Amino acid sequence: MATLQSLDIKRRSATTEPPPHVRGNAIEVAKLIDVSKCIGCKACQAACLEWNDLREEVGYNTGVYDNPADLSPATWTLMRFTEFDNKGNLEWLIRKDGCMHCEDPGCLKACPAPGAIVQYQNGIVDFVSENCIGCGYCVKGCPFNIPRISQADNKAYKCTLCSDRVAVGQAPACAKACPTQAIYFGSKDDMIAHAEERIVDLKERGYANAGLYDPKGVGGTHVMYVLHHADQPELYAGLPNEPRISRLVELWKGGTKPLALAGIGLAAVVGFFHYIVKGPNEVTEEDDERADQINR
Amino acid sequence: MASLAPTFGRGAMTNHWNDIKNADVILVMGGNPAEAHPCGFKWVTEAKAHNKAKLIVVDPRFTRSAAVSDLYAPLRPGTDIAFLLGVMRHILTNDKIHTEYVKAFTNATFIVREGFKFENGLFTGYDETKRDYARGEWEYEIGEDGFAKVDPTLANPRCVLNLLKAHVERYTPETVEKICGTPKDKFLKICEHVASTGNGERSMTSLYALGWTQHSHGAQNIRCMAMLQLLLGNMGVPGGGVNALRGHANVQGITDLGLLTTALPGYLALPSQAEATYADHMKTRRFKPLRPGQTSFWQNYEKFFVSFQKAMFGQAATKENDWAYDYLPKWDTPYDVLKIVDTMYEGKLNGCIAQGLNVLMASAHKGKALQGLAKLKWLVVIDPLETETARFWENHGEFNEIDSAKVQTEVIQLPACTVAEEEGTFTNSGRNIQWHWKAANGAGESRSDLEIMAGIHTRLRALYAKEGGAFPDPIVNLSWNYARPEAPSADEVLRELNGYVLEDVKDPQDPNKVLMRAGTLVPGFGALRADGTTTSGCWIYTGCYTEAGNMTMRRSTDDPTGLGVYQNWGFVWPANRRILYNRASADASGKPWSTRKKYIAWNGSRWTGPDVPDYGPTVKPEASVGPFIMNPEGVSRLFTRGLMRDGPFPEHYEPFESPVANSLHEKVASNPVARVFKEDWKEFGKADKFPYVATTYRLTEHFHYWTKTHLINAILQPELFAELPEALAKEKGIGPGDWVRISSARGAIKCKAVVTKRLPTLTIHGKPTHVVGIPIHYGFVGTARKGHATNTLTPFVGDANVNTPEYKAFLVNVEKTTAPAGAPSV
Ligand code: SF4
Ligand code: SF4
Repeated sequence: MATLQSLDIKRRSATTEPPPHVRGNAIEVAKLIDVSKCIGCKACQAACLEWNDLREEVGYNTGVYDNPADLSPATWTLMRFTEFDNKGNLEWLIRKDGCMHCEDPGCLKACPAPGAIVQYQNGIVDFVSENCIGCGYCVKGCPFNIPRISQADNKAYKCTLCSDRVAVGQAPACAKACPTQAIYFGSKDDMIAHAEERIVDLKERGYANAGLYDPKGVGGTHVMYVLHHADQPELYAGLPNEPRISRLVELWKGGTKPLALAGIGLAAVVGFFHYIVKGPNEVTEEDDERADQINR
Repeated sequence: MASLAPTFGRGAMTNHWNDIKNADVILVMGGNPAEAHPCGFKWVTEAKAHNKAKLIVVDPRFTRSAAVSDLYAPLRPGTDIAFLLGVMRHILTNDKIHTEYVKAFTNATFIVREGFKFENGLFTGYDETKRDYARGEWEYEIGEDGFAKVDPTLANPRCVLNLLKAHVERYTPETVEKICGTPKDKFLKICEHVASTGNGERSMTSLYALGWTQHSHGAQNIRCMAMLQLLLGNMGVPGGGVNALRGHANVQGITDLGLLTTALPGYLALPSQAEATYADHMKTRRFKPLRPGQTSFWQNYEKFFVSFQKAMFGQAATKENDWAYDYLPKWDTPYDVLKIVDTMYEGKLNGCIAQGLNVLMASAHKGKALQGLAKLKWLVVIDPLETETARFWENHGEFNEIDSAKVQTEVIQLPACTVAEEEGTFTNSGRNIQWHWKAANGAGESRSDLEIMAGIHTRLRALYAKEGGAFPDPIVNLSWNYARPEAPSADEVLRELNGYVLEDVKDPQDPNKVLMRAGTLVPGFGALRADGTTTSGCWIYTGCYTEAGNMTMRRSTDDPTGLGVYQNWGFVWPANRRILYNRASADASGKPWSTRKKYIAWNGSRWTGPDVPDYGPTVKPEASVGPFIMNPEGVSRLFTRGLMRDGPFPEHYEPFESPVANSLHEKVASNPVARVFKEDWKEFGKADKFPYVATTYRLTEHFHYWTKTHLINAILQPELFAELPEALAKEKGIGPGDWVRISSARGAIKCKAVVTKRLPTLTIHGKPTHVVGIPIHYGFVGTARKGHATNTLTPFVGDANVNTPEYKAFLVNVEKTTAPAGAPSV
């Protein structure tokens, strides 16, 4: 939404100058969503709409509990409900979807507009609307399918992790609203420690594969999940098992972008554009092969 | 209400929200707290996180509560009694009951009269023409000393416990599976968890709500749990209890203040026509103890009654006029919602004030309610929101079909402000009376309900004063001592409920010493008197506002024992007791059953612990005074004598609309004493035309019929839907998001289909039976998508004891269809 002066910037899209880092001792934050405690009440969703002054149009029932039907410029977080028949015992897996605030953000890497996406020292990834050119590269760069481009103003929108609240020492609105404390907020270290306790409890209750979702492929995330079935994250409305940024995006970003005239850079740009227009933003074998070729 | 009081003595949540965290097992059945009480549900989460509690959910649907449970089992709507009697049988036959508790603190050892029997689905004394029982034989043997006879050895076959064992013997796991459709292995697993708490070391809490009340045998559903908790010794202990979760923030409050049509505030009785005189009324309310030395606290009834009359009528209530007893209306029959709607429908009601009730949407059988409203001469709607009731006369196509031109009813809307726009108190499920402050001014011309009622009263009073009338006395003599008669403050009303001292009360030992000064607030209900020198608008609230201040404003978060006992947060009736019957947390000698569950114990000279003892604070254990001080027996009741209309033990009766016969007694299929109005017998559907079992419920995203007017709630759950099991959807070719038509014998609705694994196809009497779920919440007014009223479908029959409609179990048919006219098809 906007840059916050009280939060130092660690990274900035399409920018090579070194960021300021005198306040380099900022604590890395994280939101921990304990899926095993979530009752799907949507208080977090309502709180998000209230705090961020968002109002979606009243939609329709499409045969499921997920409402609105998808993330949108006015829906930055959404409960996704999945029914899972676990060997005769039904489970209703309810995952709060939204930006994962990747340590290594694909959106930021893919973004060609200087300063349209920033990452603060505390790990939060934020979109700066006035710098956004609405090209949609972030959508493709994101391994979690999160950003949405508004038809109204042609800007990209997603969860800010309530960077405005965090900057003044408050927890995100969703964490504050959650009645069951399924959403925790604090330093990343504390959140990992808390998750470990929860995992012990879940294992005792028979969930042998309970675990923390903090995927390494994106350098870890500042939004993490406690899952009963951490071995099968796809069960939770398609949470990617091993999310990673397309190597094409890596190439586009990895030092090549400012040197766009060099041959290797051009190939990367072409490859990247192919990837961008091609459709789904899962990383395919084909993309990786293409990246390998370019890199060779 | 109607089952807890006959069992324990008081009709309210026995424990409280914070106490849920002390439970070892949480049984959610007849409710869905994660969905309907998400904020209170945090205490379940606490119990799981810090007490390693197991959460068990038994529900026809796999609910949001089930989503976080350790164990879930389905059952057919309306068969909870069969399930719970099966659990009772399990713990009785496997000797898992807390025997010492049961012998000491229940009426297990009491001997029942020979005349009492249960045969072919009926208890002794049934009169088919009256659809009622003569309940005289449902009583203890009384000895020559005037006390009930007991056999502490339990050798006598007529002991309550032995009769109970015989009664539940039929409910084997196989029978439970046949009636309820609950797989036997799941049922037995739940039995084991439940049984693990029958020992004083561990405790189970029961959380329920309207999933139990809204049945033709609703009170008996709850009654089963009350009995089960007694057999396990889970009453009066931390993390135990039978806990009614209230669906509105202040339902407990309104119930305390006389909601039930035959009750006065504080659960005093509103006299019936049979009690023409004060003496008649008091004659049956002496509450002589049934065992030697018992407290039988209702012996104080007259003190509370007289204090109430003094609060109501002030100086007009005198000893000479029997405390203005004649001013009280005498009821002929209970006037619950079904009765009122039926009376409208019969054209026998001229006017109606609907205050905070959207009766058109909320009543069972909407079609009948609609016709009833159209027969009124006038209708006053007091509400902060636009309601369908106020607009019942508008034609909204198939959503509300009515010939507007023919409606003669004059509708007057009085806009009320919302609760945040006025000050006052809420009484929560745990009986905690909490003050709330005004946050903003009401919109437009809205006024508080208090001001609206005062406006009506002061005008009526002036009319009666001027014009007289048949009997103006109760109205012109109503005590109305407020600084601004047209707008009393909530503070003044709360003081009045607490009560005042009218004349100096002197110390009987020392007449020079004044114990209580005239004009001061009464310190507690122990100070109320039957001689007209005290007032109290609601005796159980006495102590909430004393000379020390407004106790409901207290907000201390001190919890010295860590058991969630915030003694200085608000004021809990009665006498600031957080857990009712807490003396039962110690054995007969006053020693706690276990260190884990230590709560109130005898320290050699008095009862001590984190809570206010629900007992004489210095009554010695040797005195053998029972912990259920409201009951003349001193103990709780596994056998309720004649206190419930439909039996001293619960029995499985089918819902009035059921897909199967009652396999236990075919001739008596459903509750033999539930009231059915003549016209409605023909409106019950049969399984040939309506083969599927349906149930209705709330969603977290909405609150009754209010929040559909609010944009965010409408965004989160925009449109009416029905949940269908996958097998049924497949049979009918229905896909997710398709339009379906659901019909019952009373009408039809159209809505979207949610096809789900969470609604079961159960095997009932060996046959696959589909269960269909339909949320409420939608209508033709508001911001959410226009929808049909779910209550178009529901049957017009209520519980035998309190007449709560059977919203939870009825029969429907389901067909695929197209969008209703006027609804965009998506
Ligand atoms: S989840 Fe997507 S939008 Fe959010 S930080 Fe990661 S890459 Fe960017
Ligand atoms: S508020 Fe908490 S419990 Fe409710 S949906 Fe959000 S995460 Fe789940």
